[in-house]
Amino acid sequence: MRLAFPLAVSALLFSLGVFGVLARRNAVLVLMSVELMLNGVTINLVAFDAWWSDALHGGQVLTLFVITIAAAEVGLGLAIVLLVFRNRATSDLNDLGLLDERAEATEGNGDVTEPGVAR
Amino acid sequence: MNAVELAFALLGAVAVGAGALVVTTNRIVHAALWLAVSLGAVAGMFLLLTAELLAWVQVLIYVGAVVVLVLFALMLTRAPIGPTPSAPAGRLAVAGAVAAGTAVVLLAALLGTLGVERLELSTTTDGAREFGTALFSGWVLPFEVLSVLLLAALVGAIVLSKGRRGEDGR
Repeated sequence: MRLAFPLAVSALLFSLGVFGVLARRNAVLVLMSVELMLNGVTINLVAFDAWWSDALHGGQVLTLFVITIAAAEVGLGLAIVLLVFRNRATSDLNDLGLLDERAEATEGNGDVTEPGVAR
Repeated sequence: MNAVELAFALLGAVAVGAGALVVTTNRIVHAALWLAVSLGAVAGMFLLLTAELLAWVQVLIYVGAVVVLVLFALMLTRAPIGPTPSAPAGRLAVAGAVAAGTAVVLLAALLGTLGVERLELSTTTDGAREFGTALFSGWVLPFEVLSVLLLAALVGAIVLSKGRRGEDGR
């Protein structure tokens, strides 16, 4: 099989993930786009593992690690998103500007802390 | 183009098409379900690249656990079921330009250097055995470290979602 097929698919999936991370506003959708990027990478790892005929199967083992770490990342990331939603009643990344000095200066942006503390 | 390449190209088209819908559809829950389709197609590609065990791990963990977790998060954050307004056009243009640039650079770099290579797929039927032997002989220490990482993530998720101490009388 030509190596070009997996390489092209992985590059396209990674670019779609980049687009999603930059264009989406919902935090859960951004996490899903990160999953797309990770999958683009894992296709490359498995393809190079098969191309190299690696006796240690480094590519496949690393793919297994990437999948595991992605599962941990999604678990923690969604816990953080839920916590933010519980505190601020939104999961829109545009509304989470508490550390942004410009947003602080123009308007309160619906923040729940005491005004004037962060200025 | 032989049968394996044809099947791979079809699965790749499904994965990329579903991935495009994930990042463009206006309905958030549909995006999560298209993500399941895309990840399932990636599992099929693993199968074609003779990584059977990884294909089933992908189905179990990604299509099974991660997508269900994402759907739960969407429900718990009361994401709107109906269509949501898309991002402003300027932001879409910037994101599209960066993504197109990434795609051009990656495709040029990968296909320019390795596009003519061919990979010989192994024809043995005990790839899972070989993979397991490699994993538990050469990669035992990273594997065990990974289990510590999973434990840390588990504890962290529990601590995060338990809420602040004293807030609810504990």
